[in-house]
Amino acid sequence: MDFTSTVSLKVNGQPYQLTLDNRTTLLDALREHLHLTGTKKGCDHGQCGACTVIADGRRINSCLSLALMHEGDEITTIEGLGQPENMHAMQSAFVRHDGFQCGYCTPGQICSSVAVLQEIATGIPSHVTEDLTGTIALTPEEVRERMSGNICRCGAYSNILDAIFEVAEGTP
Amino acid sequence: MQFDKPATTNPIDRLNVVGRPVPRVDGELKTTGNARYAYEWHDPQMDYAYGHPVGAAIAKGRVRSIDTEAAKKAPGVLAVVTTLDVGEREKGKYNTATVFGGDKIQHYHQAVAVVVARSFEEARAAGALVKVEYAPEDGAYDLEEAMDGAVKPDGSDKPDTAVGDFERAFADAPVTLDAVYRTPDQSHAMMEPHASIAAWKDDDLTIWTSSQMIDWWRSDLATTLGIDKERVHLMSPFIGGGFGGKLFLRADAVLAAFAAKAAGRPVKVALPRPLVANNTTHRPATVQRIRIGAERNGRITAIGHQSWSGDLPGGQPELAVNQTRLLYAGANRKTAMRLATLDLPEGNSMRAPGEAPGMMALEIAIDEMAEKLQMDPVEFRILNDTQVDPEKPERPFSHRNLIGCLRLGAERFGWQKRGAPATRREDGALIGVGVAAAFRNNLLMPSGARVRLDGDGMITVETDMTDIGTGSYTIIAQTVAEMMGVDIDRVTVRLGDSRFPVSSGSGGQFGGNSSTSGVYAACVKLRAAVAARLGFNTQDVVFDGGRVRSGDRAVPLSQAAGADGLIGEDTMTWGDLDKTHQQSTFGAHFVEVGVDIVTGETRIRRMLAVCAAGRILNPLTARSQVIGAMTMGAGAALSEELVVDTRRGFFVNHDLAGYEVPVHADIPHQDVIFMDETDPFSSPMKAKGVGELGLCGVAAAIANAIYNATGVRVRDYPITLDKLIGGLPEVA
Repeated sequence: MDFTSTVSLKVNGQPYQLTLDNRTTLLDALREHLHLTGTKKGCDHGQCGACTVIADGRRINSCLSLALMHEGDEITTIEGLGQPENMHAMQSAFVRHDGFQCGYCTPGQICSSVAVLQEIATGIPSHVTEDLTGTIALTPEEVRERMSGNICRCGAYSNILDAIFEVAEGTP
Repeated sequence: MQFDKPATTNPIDRLNVVGRPVPRVDGELKTTGNARYAYEWHDPQMDYAYGHPVGAAIAKGRVRSIDTEAAKKAPGVLAVVTTLDVGEREKGKYNTATVFGGDKIQHYHQAVAVVVARSFEEARAAGALVKVEYAPEDGAYDLEEAMDGAVKPDGSDKPDTAVGDFERAFADAPVTLDAVYRTPDQSHAMMEPHASIAAWKDDDLTIWTSSQMIDWWRSDLATTLGIDKERVHLMSPFIGGGFGGKLFLRADAVLAAFAAKAAGRPVKVALPRPLVANNTTHRPATVQRIRIGAERNGRITAIGHQSWSGDLPGGQPELAVNQTRLLYAGANRKTAMRLATLDLPEGNSMRAPGEAPGMMALEIAIDEMAEKLQMDPVEFRILNDTQVDPEKPERPFSHRNLIGCLRLGAERFGWQKRGAPATRREDGALIGVGVAAAFRNNLLMPSGARVRLDGDGMITVETDMTDIGTGSYTIIAQTVAEMMGVDIDRVTVRLGDSRFPVSSGSGGQFGGNSSTSGVYAACVKLRAAVAARLGFNTQDVVFDGGRVRSGDRAVPLSQAAGADGLIGEDTMTWGDLDKTHQQSTFGAHFVEVGVDIVTGETRIRRMLAVCAAGRILNPLTARSQVIGAMTMGAGAALSEELVVDTRRGFFVNHDLAGYEVPVHADIPHQDVIFMDETDPFSSPMKAKGVGELGLCGVAAAIANAIYNATGVRVRDYPITLDKLIGGLPEVA
């Protein structure tokens, strides 16, 4: 019996066709097959958020998603957000505010941060949003709630929040 | 270089680069996904296989047999190596429990096999087909039950100390406290699971791993494998957090090495997250009894601290009483530690071992004592400050400004607005504030480095030091730039490789001060080599602006290097300044909490830490160390507990869903203030450790704030709502 399938997806703008074991998660497809190891495996069970990537504009835990479910999807990973020579504003803000220490949760935190600002701007409510249909205010409470799926054991949360607000308010 | 006299003026004092908030030199790599961690080494020439570890399903006993037939027949499987196949091994010097090998099971999830397959998916699936038959034995898993049989551990840790006549002074004291506190087992829960890639070439092993201590791992891996240490090349340039959990050789490295040998190709092994808590080490639970006696004026006359903890046979006690020997004055004192045998996973170091759980208890006791004396807890601490080792008054602290931390913190935090317990309410929450002292000893470790100046004026420093998020890359680059008088972008730092000089490694908050001191020593050698090549007088030579000057001669460093370059290599060793002087770090934590009056749920509203830790080498990365520690302390206070199944002997909540560490929503804005100070007794850097100080005391400050908010005193961590709800005041 053949346990493999072929999937086509676009990662950071680059098209790929992969033949994968059906059980391969999107996370392992990125890390072990495309060698894009910026996306991290912290728990492999959707508990820590280190594997966060942006799939068709929405952030997901790539460990909870099989690669084959992403036929035709556009995936953005930390490598696609920016590289040292052309860093995304959120990446630079994380460096300036020291929004990380060991760096292992950092790609997930940054991908989440970028997506969170988008979610708020497009009116997607969270658990702490009071008015579900109105414009959502960018408050520390909103951002902290939405970022709570991304664990940082080094405890850089206070700095991460500063970095996110710097980008949101456009004032480095 | 031996550091045996207090530091005088040296090039570090210029503070052109050191002491400045330089952003991490590895920041761009980490934020763009280009920092490569252990499991991520990829050589297109290598045909990697995947190893999946299998953990024991019993806590104690023997493995009767392991049936690997089905696993070996599973698709893609290349090899299966079992603990019976490799047999009993000589144990690494730093391991208490056997990591792999032999039929004896000492704890749940001890590695019993590794299944190697072409893919991760195939290895994981085949792992489930390994059938292990056990002969279980009864074990002891409950500290409360095992306490009565606890014994005095080996003498090296000073299990018992006594000065004066504690019992009599305590009996005579007009105001006394006698209370018992409990801290639970805790897990490091670093974000990167333990991971290794092993590759053999004939009898030489190359291993990429995630290790805080390169040389300890290299030695213990060689011992476990039964090979010569020189045959092991170990690398760990990026580490996704350690907190003590990666101090000592772990199963991933051993399994990868055996698996790679068996499969005849490089093998990658990561511990699956659900295996981490029980397979590796943890911070042991403690039961602590604290007795304090004081005069009515608040002076402590008697202070006693006893602690009970458990570990596997051959293990060690949690050193929870140690800070009590040094933190407060008092003529009559006594400490004691007792160790019970428990068949839980190995207890060992986790960030600030000893002081972290010790301060969790002591600093509640001090708060309780202040209340009995009707004193402000800040003033009570100040009154009982000591500038000398209370056990040996002839031995001073090298530098101690606990009082300054408490006073400045109280002022900045608005401490004077504190009310009586359970008197402040806002929007359905009981509001309270709490304070605790912070205290952690400054440890010194020998540390070596090699610094090379090239003909293009670039300087490369190599040391087997590790950066576990602490900022080693950055402060080492700053140290070299300061010593050699160059911009920091002229310096390349290479860490975490066993081919480099042996360093302090990262642990016990000794890494920053020790490793930069080793780099300092190597730079002194390099400076001498430069001066010698140029024929300069070493007395008046100045390294500045990329040039070296003596008298009216000035030469670019690149020119001095010559075509072959110049090298300086040395190891910093330590004299007896830590014996003649007690070296410690100090701080004060202030916390405000709100406790929901209906549910008893605690939310932290404000946190401030004031730290006195010698020279701060980089206030940006040092601040991150402190806020990170405060965050870990918030977890210790409110949520973190490895729950023991006392029938089957394992930690039940062994993943990141069940073991609750703080998340974004739990942590408010955090403030940190560093006292402007230097400690010339500690090192030529005049710095001390800071990475663990921030954790010591913070949980107690939270506990004290909860008491101030609610009037409910909880002495049993974590302070979850079930422990508060029965004692909360009426809602209206």
